[in-house]
Amino acid sequence: MLWFLVAVPATAALLAFALPWNWGRRLLLVACAACHVGLTAAAVIQRPEPVLNGWIDLDDASLLFLIITSIVFLIASFYTVGYLAREGHRMPTKPGEDAPFVNFPEAVFTGCLLLFLAAMTLVVVSHHWGLMWVAVEATTLVSAPLIYFHRYPRSLEATWKYLVICSVGIALALLGNFFLAVAARTYETSFHLAVADLEHHARQLDPLWLKAAFLLLLVGYGTKMGLAPMHTWLPDAHSEAPTMVSALLSGVLLNCAFLAILRGHALLVKAGLGDFSRELLVLFGLASMTVAAVFIIRQMDYKRLLAYSSVEHMGVLALGVGIGGVAGYGSMLHAVNHSAAKAMLFLAAGNTLAYFHTKSANDVRGVFRVLPVTGILWIVGLLAITGSPPFGTFLSEFAVLKGMVDNNRMLVAVFYLIALATAFVAISATVLPIVFGNAVKDSDHVTADGNSQPFAPIHLLYPPAEPLWSIVPPMLLGIITLIHGLYVPQELSDFLHRAAIATGAE
Amino acid sequence: MTSWLDATLVLLILTSLWLLGSSRLQACIRAVAFQGLLVGLIPLLSKWPEISLRLGGVAVLSMAIKAIVLPAMLRRAVREANVLNEVQPLIGFTTSLLLGIALWGLAMHIAGRLPVQTLNVSAILVPVAIFTVLCGLLLIVSRNTAVMQVIGYLGLENGIYVFGWAFAIEEPLLVEMGVLLDVFVAVFVMGITMHHLSREFDTIETDELSSLKD
Repeated sequence: MLWFLVAVPATAALLAFALPWNWGRRLLLVACAACHVGLTAAAVIQRPEPVLNGWIDLDDASLLFLIITSIVFLIASFYTVGYLAREGHRMPTKPGEDAPFVNFPEAVFTGCLLLFLAAMTLVVVSHHWGLMWVAVEATTLVSAPLIYFHRYPRSLEATWKYLVICSVGIALALLGNFFLAVAARTYETSFHLAVADLEHHARQLDPLWLKAAFLLLLVGYGTKMGLAPMHTWLPDAHSEAPTMVSALLSGVLLNCAFLAILRGHALLVKAGLGDFSRELLVLFGLASMTVAAVFIIRQMDYKRLLAYSSVEHMGVLALGVGIGGVAGYGSMLHAVNHSAAKAMLFLAAGNTLAYFHTKSANDVRGVFRVLPVTGILWIVGLLAITGSPPFGTFLSEFAVLKGMVDNNRMLVAVFYLIALATAFVAISATVLPIVFGNAVKDSDHVTADGNSQPFAPIHLLYPPAEPLWSIVPPMLLGIITLIHGLYVPQELSDFLHRAAIATGAE
Repeated sequence: MTSWLDATLVLLILTSLWLLGSSRLQACIRAVAFQGLLVGLIPLLSKWPEISLRLGGVAVLSMAIKAIVLPAMLRRAVREANVLNEVQPLIGFTTSLLLGIALWGLAMHIAGRLPVQTLNVSAILVPVAIFTVLCGLLLIVSRNTAVMQVIGYLGLENGIYVFGWAFAIEEPLLVEMGVLLDVFVAVFVMGITMHHLSREFDTIETDELSSLKD
């Protein structure tokens, strides 16, 4: 059962590489994503048995992140089908780029997308440090071609940065795994690096090596998760990747890396070193929120804006776990909400980009008038991502705040609120003009006889503005985060509490 | 064999400094190939004479990859992409070397704080591993050609290997996982070789990959 979760997308990926028809491949993508959701649903109803000596298992935390991965991927795959149909067969020229660019072959793109799903699934279900590391490395390798889908210099630069920075992070995480092995063998017995084994013997591990191991794992996987100051690849990769890839990177991949860090945190808590890991998580969390808040201010590329907002929210996640207690629960809820809200915003940004052909927030005005649904999505997304009621993010960010107050961490709470408020103002200041502003070029194009000539470049004329595939997926995501804000069922709440406890919150 | 091991470790320090101090790309590739050879010798020397088939196999395989295959790929990449045979550092070679010495101090400091005594190996093994890692990181951040960044990454990886082979060899498959890092290197080198970097920038300098910034 657990094997299927990984094997189905992996097999589908091989098929996608081989299939000669684009439409067959797109169908395969959606079918595989739907199948993955089905398997996940089956796993929710009946928890599958661990396989491979318990190296692959599904505990509450795994299940939570598996559900997020599966659902966001399915929704993004619908969008992908439409996107590929539009972008796949022509060679678009981007204004502002010198040369026309070609896309990566669609077979490679779809194949890598499916492999990406397989690798991320493996990250969340693996309960062995080595296996998890291999899976995280695999996510990096298979996502690089996704970022480089549009082959042009800027995306190449983003891909190169992504690979170099993340591979250094992954190398450090491997060193962290070695440190774990040393921590486990300094005493007479030696244990396997299975998560359960180590947690069971946590008290016998050498505390110093264990602390050093956690530090390396935090820095290594933190690079992947986008924690400041290791986040520098993130804005580039997110802004250059095709939009549903950005949504997947932000909504799913960052969470997977977060889960890897959580496993380390849980181990330290079991070993009685919880205070050490908590302080580090708080430190990196605050650093990420601060850095992100600074860069969000006057960020004029709206996809970069969203990327920095992801850095901020990863900070919230780390901070929540670092504070512990109810904040740990808040962190789990926030992971769900952030994934939905951010993926939704990236898809809305993709619609905007497809229409206006620019990522500069200065040149995009009046989305609401030309793309009404996308305009509404932007506004809903803005409210959701900035943690306004009635959206789920409000509840989760509030839970994190409550955790801080409960634990008497007033100074942290002050920083947290300042960062959130800054982001709120800064994101609104950029997004509101995009949605409601007057089409800027109108006044610039008043002709000599005084008639205003609306600015209508050629690309504004042809495609139907908002095909269903481009608006229904983000709407679904919006509904998810809205529901979590209005009503969290008792079962879900209990489940999130259990997930928080499984990852080291007391 | 302890004296042989120590000698190898000292050579490893010297190759790291060689990497930091040389101004020629070809010399750096040679240095990193030599470093790969040394790194492969370390597990053999430290476990001598009880060398299991697995240990020997992994050591020989990795020596083949790190000392022969990857350097050859790098040379080919340099040739095909017409990279200048100059290192073009962001910070000078003298400064790099001085920083290298400072890193040695840092590595000693870090190693001193870890309980290494229980591990029953050469006293300088842990500091040398950490030093190699730190030098690799320094190269990655202070050299602006893609090829030099790859070489720096190889150095970083070599440091991690030294560590892994000394301590984590009992753990099944853990050390072998390190080979997967070489996949990254291969991908980087292929990225350069496939002309993407050179074709679209007319140069392989990652410095010129700087249109994305805030």
